[in-house]
Amino acid sequence: MNPARRDFLTGLSQVAPVVVAYIPIGLLWGTLAAAKGLSALEALMMSVIVFAGSAQFVAVDMWQDPVPVLLLTFTALIINVRHVLMSASLSRHVEAIPRAWHPLVAYFLVDESWALAERRVLETPLTLAYYLGITVPLAATWWISTGVGAMLGRALGDPSALGLDFAFSAMFIAILMGFWKGPSTAGVLAASGAVAAGTHLAFDGPWYIVAGGLAGAVYAFVTWRREEAA
Amino acid sequence: MSTSAVLAILGMGVATYLTRLSGFYLLRGFNVSGPMKAALDALPPAVLMAVIAPVILTTGWAESIAAAITAVAAFFRLPLTVTIIIGIVSVVLLRMVLTA
Repeated sequence: MNPARRDFLTGLSQVAPVVVAYIPIGLLWGTLAAAKGLSALEALMMSVIVFAGSAQFVAVDMWQDPVPVLLLTFTALIINVRHVLMSASLSRHVEAIPRAWHPLVAYFLVDESWALAERRVLETPLTLAYYLGITVPLAATWWISTGVGAMLGRALGDPSALGLDFAFSAMFIAILMGFWKGPSTAGVLAASGAVAAGTHLAFDGPWYIVAGGLAGAVYAFVTWRREEAA
Repeated sequence: MSTSAVLAILGMGVATYLTRLSGFYLLRGFNVSGPMKAALDALPPAVLMAVIAPVILTTGWAESIAAAITAVAAFFRLPLTVTIIIGIVSVVLLRMVLTA
């Protein structure tokens, strides 16, 4: 089998459980969008152009007539600020992907694809074939499930009843374990977890991700010299 | 389709895409080494931990215990799919037991 085909199929198999978890979430978002008065075409447009689950849920929640264009734009920016950290981190590992493809890599960068890609980098360089293997199914599933949900237009039940809301947390935990490098990692995780949980309790909105991520990075920065000496 | 709906969708799309693209240019030209490299290497686990922290630390016992079970499954290097299924089954059972 040629390497690109092998990488693509590896990506497909690793993303499969996430794809399954996307379906009920996408259907749910579509039904909420329809209930707020978005047409199926508008819902599909948003999924293709924005392609950001949490921002889309918040946008539908805020959706009204007249549509608050600037407020929605600014809210999407705030919710997705975490992607600046993610893309900065991933940008150090895209040497094997031709630069002309980087804008497409950025479009497909969502929490789940980023986590899988960073995990992949620990073992082998990130190739375009692998990245497309994980991202194309994710994007297609999101577009289709949200579009279908908007066409059905009625609630299909609460995904948390099936525990599907936990699927993403479980995946992030599983991927997180792959980054374990010993006691120094424990410090990074403790700093990040404590600051993120505290920020989440103290402030509304998605600031906790950026706050926790930066806290972990600062911890690593500050403790670097001591680890070098040890 | 209303004009303002299309404008809102385009605005959200541009804002989101800029966050995803900007990281590719932030570090360009920097020779990353020393403590800066350590900080950037720490970003993936730190951001992952931050993403899950509210669910596993502040939601309830069912989620916290299910998270610990999931971490154990991942520690034993079970395949990702199996680990996720263990997590989902754990949280469903724990929610039933702990809210009963």
